[in-house]
Amino acid sequence: MRTALFITCFNDTMHPATGRAVVTLLERLGCTVDFPAGQTCCGQMHFNTGYQRDCIPLVRRFGEVFAGYDAVVAPSGSCAAMIRHHHARVAEVAGDRGLLEAVRTAPPVYELSEFLVDVLEVTDVGAYFPHRVTYHPTCHSLRMLGVADRPLALLRAVRGIDLVELPDATQCCGFGGTFALKNSDTSVAMGADKVRGVLDSGAEVLCAGDNSCLTHIGGLLSRLRTGVRTMHLAEILAATERTTATEPTTATERTTATGAPSHAVATGGGPR
Amino acid sequence: MSSAFLGMPPFPQAARRALADTQQRRNLAGATRTIRHKRAEVVGELPDWEELREAGRALKERTLRHLDHYLVQLEERVTAAGGQVHWARDAAEANRIVTRLVQETGEREVVKVKSMTTQETGLNRALETAGITAYETDLAELIVQLGDDLPSHILVPAIHRNRAEIRELFRRTMPDAEGVGDDPAELAEAARRYLRQKFLRAKVGISGANFLVAETGTAVVVESEGNGRMCLTLPETLISVVGIEKVVPTWQDLEVYLQLLPRSSTGERMNPYTSTWTGTQDGDGPRGFHLVLLDGGRTDTLADRIGRQTLNCIRCSACLNVCPVYERTGGHAYGSVYPGPIGAVLNPQLRGTGTETDRSLPFASTLCGACYEVCPVKIDIPEVLVHLRARVVEETGGRRHTPTPEAVAMRAARWVFSSPARLSAAQRLAALGSRVVARRGRIARLPGPLAGWTDARDAPAPAGEPFRQWWERTHR
Repeated sequence: MRTALFITCFNDTMHPATGRAVVTLLERLGCTVDFPAGQTCCGQMHFNTGYQRDCIPLVRRFGEVFAGYDAVVAPSGSCAAMIRHHHARVAEVAGDRGLLEAVRTAPPVYELSEFLVDVLEVTDVGAYFPHRVTYHPTCHSLRMLGVADRPLALLRAVRGIDLVELPDATQCCGFGGTFALKNSDTSVAMGADKVRGVLDSGAEVLCAGDNSCLTHIGGLLSRLRTGVRTMHLAEILAATERTTATEPTTATERTTATGAPSHAVATGGGPR
Repeated sequence: MSSAFLGMPPFPQAARRALADTQQRRNLAGATRTIRHKRAEVVGELPDWEELREAGRALKERTLRHLDHYLVQLEERVTAAGGQVHWARDAAEANRIVTRLVQETGEREVVKVKSMTTQETGLNRALETAGITAYETDLAELIVQLGDDLPSHILVPAIHRNRAEIRELFRRTMPDAEGVGDDPAELAEAARRYLRQKFLRAKVGISGANFLVAETGTAVVVESEGNGRMCLTLPETLISVVGIEKVVPTWQDLEVYLQLLPRSSTGERMNPYTSTWTGTQDGDGPRGFHLVLLDGGRTDTLADRIGRQTLNCIRCSACLNVCPVYERTGGHAYGSVYPGPIGAVLNPQLRGTGTETDRSLPFASTLCGACYEVCPVKIDIPEVLVHLRARVVEETGGRRHTPTPEAVAMRAARWVFSSPARLSAAQRLAALGSRVVARRGRIARLPGPLAGWTDARDAPAPAGEPFRQWWERTHR
């Protein structure tokens, strides 16, 4: 099976540690992934903000770059949902039969937890993460993709983890893409309530499958100096006994820390 | 639509003001949580809930496809049963018709059953202008009317008020209510005493209808308090103002909706009062019945392939109760009698996108999808929201000579994302720029349009080594 990683433009630029963790994790599980260098963005920001025509070249590029793969894995629920549910609509807006056909015949796109549980058929990925963690099921993973309890099943199988429940977990955090800027007051009010839930949970790490939502909640947690950090699901699942010593220790160093996962890959032997 | 909401600021500004109202936020958080849980409980009891939703959607969509046929059938049956049907193109025409009908009775007072359609047309104000006083008889609607307030919820228009505020209002506005306490039973009793005189005196009743059954020309009102039953049976003349999308072909269709509606709306297995009436009957109920059928933008909505599903709405308000945006801003911020997720898709279609407020509504959502999940007639509200956003963007682009800053930014983003080399260059630029503003990987203040982010949130700094660079270095 030829599997491609769609990193997403946001992870690529802002959270490369998540991408490194995905590669580490998948290679540890014996799955070889490819990273087609022509990839850029799924078009979600344009589509959801009303710029559907600006999506057309992005959807076209996506189809060209990933054609021929058997599966695409993306560490983002909302980007996976955009591709699965809206690329056909963009093709329709474009009035382009060829594009519609390309969307129809494109390889299936899986959010990370779906790929692990449904395609690789694993829930115990051999991770070790001795911390108190709470999980926020992001809206698009939960309601558009229907990942259900796959991420929780994966987290429960992590050795050493103290997984605690997040109060009002299924309520939206208030990110909402450009909503966070256009309606920043409402966005922050929703985020404040999510932060209250995170703090009430007693967790030291907030985990989710979407870095965009985590950037919003994490931005509030960081501004309030709560001492709670955010981590993408992939980063927890990639962690092992060997990596815990070098993982980031503060809430803010996450994006600049490069230690553990890249080291694991360097010795793990990916395709060269 | 209701002129009372005219001149409301666009959603973001109205929401900012609403968010500062701590009392309202506490009231709403408590009330929506209670009703959410009640709904979830009674919906969970039905093993065939998903099938019911699907039936509710399919029946509406089929009926709307043949609306011309069913409306004509309805008119025939209502007329045959002794009623009169009036067609209103818009709110103003509906109000003119109703005003004339009341004037023809010679009465100066009417009692009203809670009705979203007459709220939509702003009927009370139109009647007032003609010297006719309309008394709202639904408890929450009465609270709104006595307080010269605006409704903020479809089912519970006074949801933003708590009982202490209501007690003060009753003491101030109702005769003989000086000593009333804030116990709900006591408040209800005060309202009952106040309303009883209105019911007994009224010669004209005005209602909406939840459903119109085409095969028999029957109107249906679903309610909880019994005030509807009073208004529908006691007066000599009954005028019902109903949107054209409320028609269902047969009585059997009600089987589906009378299960979906109360469970979604009040969280009850069945509502206490369901009133049905067909034209007029000698010696029983009103002697004159008028049905005013309102278009008010519905035909235009029906013409839109994606937007038309909005007309499936049975006004249950389940989407309001689960909406995280509504829960925090309340209903007034939406600038319409239809607030919440359904308001965000209904208003820009019924009223058009001519005002800043209506243009802002499709953006008043995080697209979290909670509304779609609970909608008893499966309106994909996020899909319609995104569709309307595209309409707003295209109309704005067509109206202006120069593109908005947002449009310029989106075009630039498209340009960057159209080439991996450009994306790499942009990543290098962003990392460079962030060195100026970031402290230990954290940005506390961003410039320009991004300042809204950092007002309350830190922003992460773009990575020094983007993923694609790392891959290039380690995997090539």
